Amino acid sequence: MAAHVPMRDIRLLDQMFLPGMLIGPFTQANKGLGGVCTFVGEVRLDQGVEALELTHYEPLTLSGMHDLADRAFARFELMGLLMVHRIGLMRPGEPIVCVSAAALHRRDAIDAVDFCMDHLKSAAWFWKREKRAGEWHWIEPRAQDAVDLARWHS
Amino acid sequence: MITVVLLGKLADLAGAPALQLAAPLDWAGLKAALPAALAQAIDDPRNRVAVNGALLADKAALAAGAGDEIALLPPVSGG
Repeated sequence: MAAHVPMRDIRLLDQMFLPGMLIGPFTQANKGLGGVCTFVGEVRLDQGVEALELTHYEPLTLSGMHDLADRAFARFELMGLLMVHRIGLMRPGEPIVCVSAAALHRRDAIDAVDFCMDHLKSAAWFWKREKRAGEWHWIEPRAQDAVDLARWHS
Repeated sequence: MITVVLLGKLADLAGAPALQLAAPLDWAGLKAALPAALAQAIDDPRNRVAVNGALLADKAALAAGAGDEIALLPPVSGG
């Protein structure tokens, strides 16, 4: 039997997406998996938030996501990894990120998604601002993001 | 010319997402060519600098020539 070639799908999208349209084919593409774990993040319906805008920097953002995928494959026993992130203008309730990992065993799939999400949230090249009462406000890094990231450095 | 790309709140300080400046530029030359508030902000160690997509380990070592793209990158707010 031929060795399994890891399946990776890393994308930035500037239009609304339906996570199910990505997760279904991703799961199908990883024949023989023992488990698949998926996280979908949506724009939270926070009081007064009308819209969210994500800016990226083309030369750094997507290549940074590929570096992150490389590290996830090196750290966990994965069959496949899907990492899709929105950029541009979003409304509350819209999906903003989808990470899905397929593996022979559940722990690798679950931990890989957790690992990717902590790094996407705190170290990926995205700048976020939200519109409240018609005015844009930049979102500053949170201390909790650094704490989440530190979990993986032990 | 050199293109200076401004991300996040640094774009607000510049009043535009990108500027065109005369080449060549070192770190002092870049700051002299920017609005005062922006020049002050980019000295903050949390703000990073990339030239043609490569992060600089030492901003003070900036050396950009004609056709180069400098990016001024404030701390990310995550995904």
